[in-house]
Amino acid sequence: MIPALMSAILQIIIILALSPLLSGITKKAKAFFQIRKGPSIFQPYYDIAKLLRKDSVVSQNVSWIFHAAPIISFAAVMTAGLLIPIYITSLPLGFAGDLIAVVYLFALARFFTALASLDAGSSFGGMGGSREMFVAAMVEPALMLSIFAVALNVGSTNLSYISQTLSGMGLDALSPYQILAFVALFIIAIAETGRIPVDNPSTHLELTMIHEAMILEYSGKQLAIVELGAMTKQLLVFSLIANIFFPWGIASAGAGIAALAFALVVYILKIVIIGLTMAAVETSTAKWRLFRLPDLLSISLMFSFLALVSFIIVKGG
Amino acid sequence: MSANYLFFGIIAFYLIGAASAIILNKKDRLCSYASFLIAALAALLGIIFSILVIFGDTFSYELSSGSYLKFGFFVDKLSAFFILVISISVFAVSIYSTGYVREYFGKKNIGYLGFLYNIFIISMILVASADNAVMFLIVWELMSVVSYFLVVYEHEKPETRKAGFIYIVMTHIGTGFIMMSFLVFIGTSASFSFGTFAEAGKTMTPLLKDIAFIFALIGFGTKAGIVPMHIWLPYAHPEAPSNVSALMSGVMIKIAIFMLIRVFFDFLGASQAWWGYVVLTLGTISAILGILYAVVESDIKRMLAFSSIENIGIILIGIGASMIFFASGKPVLASIAAIAALYHLLNHSIFKGLLFMGAGSILYSTHTKNIEDLGGLIKKMPKSAILILIGVLSIAALPPFSGFISEWLTFQSLLLGFNLNETFPMIILFISAAVLALTGALAAFCFLKFFGIGFLALPRSQHAEHAKEANTPMLIGMGIFASLSILLGILPFYVLPVLARIAASFTGNLDSFTFASFATFLIPSSMISLSTPAILAIIIIFMLILSVILFLINGKKQPVYETWGCGQPVSTSRNEYTATAFSKPVQVWFKNLYRPARETEATYSTSPYLKESFKFESKIEQVIERYLYEPVVDFVITRSRKLLIIRTGSIHTYLGYIFGTLVILFMFVIAGGSS
Repeated sequence: MIPALMSAILQIIIILALSPLLSGITKKAKAFFQIRKGPSIFQPYYDIAKLLRKDSVVSQNVSWIFHAAPIISFAAVMTAGLLIPIYITSLPLGFAGDLIAVVYLFALARFFTALASLDAGSSFGGMGGSREMFVAAMVEPALMLSIFAVALNVGSTNLSYISQTLSGMGLDALSPYQILAFVALFIIAIAETGRIPVDNPSTHLELTMIHEAMILEYSGKQLAIVELGAMTKQLLVFSLIANIFFPWGIASAGAGIAALAFALVVYILKIVIIGLTMAAVETSTAKWRLFRLPDLLSISLMFSFLALVSFIIVKGG
Repeated sequence: MSANYLFFGIIAFYLIGAASAIILNKKDRLCSYASFLIAALAALLGIIFSILVIFGDTFSYELSSGSYLKFGFFVDKLSAFFILVISISVFAVSIYSTGYVREYFGKKNIGYLGFLYNIFIISMILVASADNAVMFLIVWELMSVVSYFLVVYEHEKPETRKAGFIYIVMTHIGTGFIMMSFLVFIGTSASFSFGTFAEAGKTMTPLLKDIAFIFALIGFGTKAGIVPMHIWLPYAHPEAPSNVSALMSGVMIKIAIFMLIRVFFDFLGASQAWWGYVVLTLGTISAILGILYAVVESDIKRMLAFSSIENIGIILIGIGASMIFFASGKPVLASIAAIAALYHLLNHSIFKGLLFMGAGSILYSTHTKNIEDLGGLIKKMPKSAILILIGVLSIAALPPFSGFISEWLTFQSLLLGFNLNETFPMIILFISAAVLALTGALAAFCFLKFFGIGFLALPRSQHAEHAKEANTPMLIGMGIFASLSILLGILPFYVLPVLARIAASFTGNLDSFTFASFATFLIPSSMISLSTPAILAIIIIFMLILSVILFLINGKKQPVYETWGCGQPVSTSRNEYTATAFSKPVQVWFKNLYRPARETEATYSTSPYLKESFKFESKIEQVIERYLYEPVVDFVITRSRKLLIIRTGSIHTYLGYIFGTLVILFMFVIAGGSS
């Protein structure tokens, strides 16, 4: 009981500590690609610290939903964080939910954020909420099929089990269906974390923004929670990719301190590489028009479908 | 023996409820309390009765013995489950009704409503317990006709009468197919008793089985609202009084699902895998089309009706998967899929009942069902808002609420399709899963729109401005369902073993289930587990910690200011996002399906740059109605017109027709007699 609790708390601390860092590194990398100097990689920590000292100005129109939404969303994302293997495959609360549950916990977080976007009664919020749910609807089929592809390969939707099994396979884990599913999930990750070409995280122009429009009414401490939640979700989505498709180096249950430290370093390396890749993708593409996005997510859907079909063909139908 | 008393006690109570409604007709308040509270009491008896049957023996009772046409009742675990679903819904809806019908006091005949309401429930219980095809068709017809009268309760509105007409026509087409399906069985069994149908199902030729399957699917599918037989549902359910809508959408369409399971599994033995594919495909199409039409709908009750089609689709996905597994000789997987379907059926009857009651409360206090006229209700009706939010979260399948469990189970049973080891079935199941994922996301979209536009921000009309909280009985009714939605979400490990027993009664498998530990349930032989209580506990812990931290660091009170509008004062409801705008992306995405047409009309004052008023109208097309039904209706009408030439208006000609007919019949009899 006590070690399990310690392990869970450690995981929470690692997630919370790394999320802003990942965001900072990605921003720095983007700046590098755009031949700018860019803010320090620790800037997201400073931002959150500053926001936490500020008052939250709230609209006179809002109800309790607006106040509760950041808390519920953040709690849902953190709960998902306890179901995703980070640097060790054994999760104290792994029994509570699988990959599908993680997807639905993200959906819960999104639902409340989008709900709050309508609460202040501004058109910006509604626009953002509507687009966010629209993108989510497009993502979902591709996401479920790629989950199925991975689950079929391993025989379970349990995340610890997936990482454990795949890391045990060594390089055999790089099967064709796994690679196809990776491409599908990478496109999904772009949409889920709100990046170009789906959404532009660094704009406040109403025609292009999705996530920023939703949270426009938040300020101060509430904004700090919303921002931290978004960064955490990004870290978790990257962790999912890292530990499903590149599980090597993850520690198994009962590993020693040295092995754990090594696994942690490997984990940070993995998510940084994914973050850098994301930054490269973001710099090399332009934002797509909202109604061209179904095309992008159809590509993802096709990849996950191909992953499934190739699994069926390779493993024998 | 006690089951006998209980069963007839239930029927008697509903009859007393119906009778008291008639007797107390003149006294509105007393009449509503008597008829609905007696119904609630009968529902409690129904719950006890069905639990006794689920955990005990099958109940059967013969009304007339020895004769050719044996009337009787037969309640096994499957029918008991449906009586349970009916009774739970009736209990909550009846309490709600005592408050809801106050709307009609002095305007409408309460006795009439109370009478029909009780008879409607009796008819549903008798449908679930009929032991005989003839008796079944009689009570089925009773259910259809009584529900028709309930749909047209507010018959002074022309659209209500139109809805009633479409409903009664469609339901009779359905009944016709049911009759034909039964005739196929009767042809083999030479008996009307359902007991002999199962044996007939074993000896029938494959062709007859296929025919019986198709007719039953069309017949019962019409009542269930499966696409493309669904067209009556979005007309009829919204027009009925909201408490009746809650029962129709929550329970009545489920009765058709009950008979589908009965015919496919018990009578036909679910022997053909392709039946499963047909059911799965229709379920998938119903799910996606239902929710797509729900998303763009602005009438709350019509939106809920379309969402019922979606949920029937999800239930059918489970049943279809179960049939596929069963026919492929995988009874364990068949049970899991069947459990998923039954769980979703139970959940849907509860959260859809809750949402229809919620829509009723909105209608009660704002007198509008148009979502564009609502807004800000969370401040006017705070208690209703929380209860409706629970329904919304459940139907959007968000953890840890009830819809999440059943959708999770449905996904898992589709994923288990890989055990079939055949390429084609696997691909069908996986495509169905992808569509189900899209459906789930669109359901979240749809109900986010409903709650976000309807309850948040500022009121968009005088109606919403002057809304008042629903009265106590209505809140209690909704509260029962809201608590059940939460309990079914966080305590699935109490529900699943019961559902496993029921599923086992038609898939024939019980022993292989292990519902491992208290908080977790596992799908055998894999690590797949889910624990909603744990998820809920973690979420609550995080929320508490965050709230405490926020409370501690919050030095001053939060400054309140206007909503940001780029420096312009915009705090009026005119600047809010509308429901139509909210669902616009989906409408653009699926424009080939919706075929939207828009009309704009602007009037100008002196200058062409200054618009005085602007009217925008956007319509979508019901593709199936337009391209499947309308040509048929047109065909029938034009042909019928042509027949008008035989109507001469002269009595001599008509006598000639009668004479001619008699001659032909006479010849027919003679010819038949001589052979």
